[in-house]
Amino acid sequence: MSSTAKADILARLRQRTHTSPPPERDFSVLEARQWTPAERIERFRQHLESVQGEVIRTTESELNQAILDRLSRSHVRRLLLGRNSPFQAGLAAAKSGDLELHVYDQPIETWQSELFNEIEAALTTTLGGIAETGSLILWPTPDEPRLMSLVPPMHLAVLRVDQLHDTLLQVVREQRWSQGMPTNALLISGPSKTADIEQTLVFGAHGPRELVVFLVDESGSGA
Amino acid sequence: MTDTHGAVPFHPNVRTALDNPQIRGNFRRAMDGLMDKRRLAFDDWELDKLRTLGSAVRLNALHHLPELLEQLDTRCRANGIQVHWARDGDEACALITDICRRRNARSVIKGKSMVSEEMELNHHLEQADIEALESDLGEYIVQMAEETPSHIIMPAIHKNTREISDLMHDKTGTEPSLDARYLTASARAQLRERFMNADVGISGVNFAVADSGTLCLVENEGNGRLTTTVPPCHIAVTGIEKVVPSLDDVAPLLALLTRSATGQPITTYFNMISGPRQPDEQDGPEEVHLVLVDNGRSEVYQDEELAETLKCIRCGACMNHCPVYTRVGGHAYGTTYPGPIGKILMPQLMGLDQTPDFPSASSLCGACGEVCPVRIPIPQLLVRLRQESVDGDSLHPAHVKGHGVKRGRLEPWIWRGWAWMHRSPALYRLGTALAARFRRLTPSRLGGWTDYRRAPRPAATTLHQAIKARRTHRRPS
Amino acid sequence: MTDSIKMYPPKPDRVYLFGTCLIDIFYPEAGLAALSLLEREGIDVHFPDDQTCCGQPAYTSGRMDEARDVARRQLDLFPEPWPILVPSGSCGGMIAKHYPHLFEGTDDAARAEDIAARTFELTDFLLNVCHVRLEDKGEPVQVAMHTSCSARREMGLAEVGPQLLGQLSGVTLKEQAHAAECCGFGGSFAVRHPEVSGAMVQDKVAALSETGVQHFVTSDCGCLMNIDGCAQKQGAKLRGEHLLSFLWQRTREDRTHD
Ligand code: SF4
Repeated sequence: MSSTAKADILARLRQRTHTSPPPERDFSVLEARQWTPAERIERFRQHLESVQGEVIRTTESELNQAILDRLSRSHVRRLLLGRNSPFQAGLAAAKSGDLELHVYDQPIETWQSELFNEIEAALTTTLGGIAETGSLILWPTPDEPRLMSLVPPMHLAVLRVDQLHDTLLQVVREQRWSQGMPTNALLISGPSKTADIEQTLVFGAHGPRELVVFLVDESGSGA
Repeated sequence: MTDTHGAVPFHPNVRTALDNPQIRGNFRRAMDGLMDKRRLAFDDWELDKLRTLGSAVRLNALHHLPELLEQLDTRCRANGIQVHWARDGDEACALITDICRRRNARSVIKGKSMVSEEMELNHHLEQADIEALESDLGEYIVQMAEETPSHIIMPAIHKNTREISDLMHDKTGTEPSLDARYLTASARAQLRERFMNADVGISGVNFAVADSGTLCLVENEGNGRLTTTVPPCHIAVTGIEKVVPSLDDVAPLLALLTRSATGQPITTYFNMISGPRQPDEQDGPEEVHLVLVDNGRSEVYQDEELAETLKCIRCGACMNHCPVYTRVGGHAYGTTYPGPIGKILMPQLMGLDQTPDFPSASSLCGACGEVCPVRIPIPQLLVRLRQESVDGDSLHPAHVKGHGVKRGRLEPWIWRGWAWMHRSPALYRLGTALAARFRRLTPSRLGGWTDYRRAPRPAATTLHQAIKARRTHRRPS
Repeated sequence: MTDSIKMYPPKPDRVYLFGTCLIDIFYPEAGLAALSLLEREGIDVHFPDDQTCCGQPAYTSGRMDEARDVARRQLDLFPEPWPILVPSGSCGGMIAKHYPHLFEGTDDAARAEDIAARTFELTDFLLNVCHVRLEDKGEPVQVAMHTSCSARREMGLAEVGPQLLGQLSGVTLKEQAHAAECCGFGGSFAVRHPEVSGAMVQDKVAALSETGVQHFVTSDCGCLMNIDGCAQKQGAKLRGEHLLSFLWQRTREDRTHD
């Protein structure tokens, strides 16, 4: 049945006679949005903070401690990491006794209720960031599944400053997204929120209430 | 709910809405806030250029619509997404019900989708004994109240906090509270369970990308991501007009959409779905379906001027800026899409005979056209639909479904008389001179006009007469 | 906010005046004020006696045949290449923006394009072509201004009225809340949807009154008739006047003898 629906719809659409050619698409208004590295960091931070995202500037060598400090400030006891997480060894070595590190290495079906009810925070990598809107780019993988950045009340993400781009358009083009996308890709720009009750902005709707970005600066000028 | 048997009772609805000071207050406040936020959000943009690009992107996509739909179909299938086509809402509902049945689904969780409202999907699922729960907070509230959305972006904008608190208390036992945080947390807790147990998640689509086979969803709450990630089966429903060639095209549309809608540079989540869970993945739905719904769009597509309607990206800015919508609210329209976009889209989807008062319910103030991010010439299309309503143009015969509904018996003669008088300068001068001469006889009641205003009275002399007198007076000097 | 860049000609010696039917019947003094203001700038004003109406009432009612019928007669009125001045954003917009659409594909298309291209809203012309310098001779007064939607959005003239008023030393311009919002006139809209239109104009009267002024000006007679008529019906103190009448009255030489 649906193959005839397809044929019918396409046939009807093809009946239209075009009287004008398709217009030119001039992307220059987007392409013109470029910033210096310092402006990019500032813009990213401002945007994220304006929606209650937290940006912690740090360096490679201080990253683990910065993460642990932040977790202990919120009394997080159960942290979720991806499989083969680059942070696992360092955190395990430096952590204090009451922080449990959980690894997402099982299909969701086997531990859904634990993920939904017990995990307090998740730490993920990012593919980069977008200065224009204060967004993180995440491409979930088998090692770092989709729900990590969605279900736990706190999402911590590590972003390196040299991965900070100007605009979404720039990323899409430079990384050739059109050539192939993962099953799921995301831009995340703050903790989840809603204003559906009389326009009152509330953070922590169905996703995380807190989003903490560790902005890692190789040059060591951070923190 | 849309009444498909009788025409939409716009006038009675309007009167009810205008008599309700709370509705007027709620909408005025909310719309004022949204207008300010939008203005600020475009502060550092060359907005005219961006809107021109947005329009060009949508026009280009529409120009290639059949090819793009085929490409989308092919790419999605290659990515493992099952693609279905539906000629109308009923067919789409049947398709979706079938998928649910096949999976023995009892419980469906839904993300926000205006197309599903358009085809009354929840109602269909209910009849098949499948429970569909809305998860967007606004939709959740509206569903609980057994109402329909009053705004396409903020479905529960007609309700204030107290009403929502009372409703949640009645229906879910939430403690009464005027704290939006508390109410939101309570809804979150209730819905978490439902997400975990849902058999199917149904969502809308903001942009469907043909070359990569990607479905893009824009949202703030995270309910959309849960809907499309947690249940084992995800069904995405979209109108056929939402397809664009590539992710490049999405960038300007996204920039325009969130800023126009709520004044945000971007929403919390921009979710791009290009396939079901792969064998090595730990989460995600094992089945992803895409349902492409026509439901009248291919008809709208036939006329190049009217097809501009299909450029719409459903940002809601036109209603936020509409002085009519601001006063009567979304429910007065009685259709899925209210406000200016509703006034041009619904007559085309449902027929002018079903929505006879829509094209005229505008002062043509142009606020909608001025803010529309994709430059839909809404006022011009309203005039076009007025013409279709009265079969008013012999050079461009009307063809929208239900055209001629407002032709009237007497009206054509009045207009013919009007044209006759204004076509003949002598007659016109005589008529206006008589109006001036007998100005004291001007009726003091002129229909609806004088319910709110004094009747205007002609001046003692017309401008024609005054200028003539001036010339004669001046000539000697 | 219009996107096309407007091109203004140098100040001409002669112009056409298209008075509009509302001014003709209800506000002739505004038409005379227009004439006087232009003549004071040394411009010779031609008022074609055969003018009637731009056709807008029929056009916005979807009666394209009748609109074209009446509009076509107006196309005959302006044989010389002089600018055509219209003391109304709405009627000016009809000619400048909608005539080309109305006559598209007809034998009159080229004429309609030509006439559209040399049609100007009159206050815009005074400010941006004549570069008037107004010398205020009146008592200090506070006024508010309502810019019509066609003047504001279709013609892009939101700044024109306030700039002209700004030249008058004795006039203080007060801005009302929701200044850019429609007054609810909309021609047939006021008749077909009286409740909504009525709610809109009542809000407009309230907003103007809240500024504390007793006078408002506007350069469109539809809005004037609507807002002023509502204020009168309500017994409000607020009274309206066409901007051109106001400008002329404040600046005319023989003002003190009036
Ligand atoms: S018509 Fe334009 S302004 Fe209205 S919802 Fe659609 S895109 Fe937004």
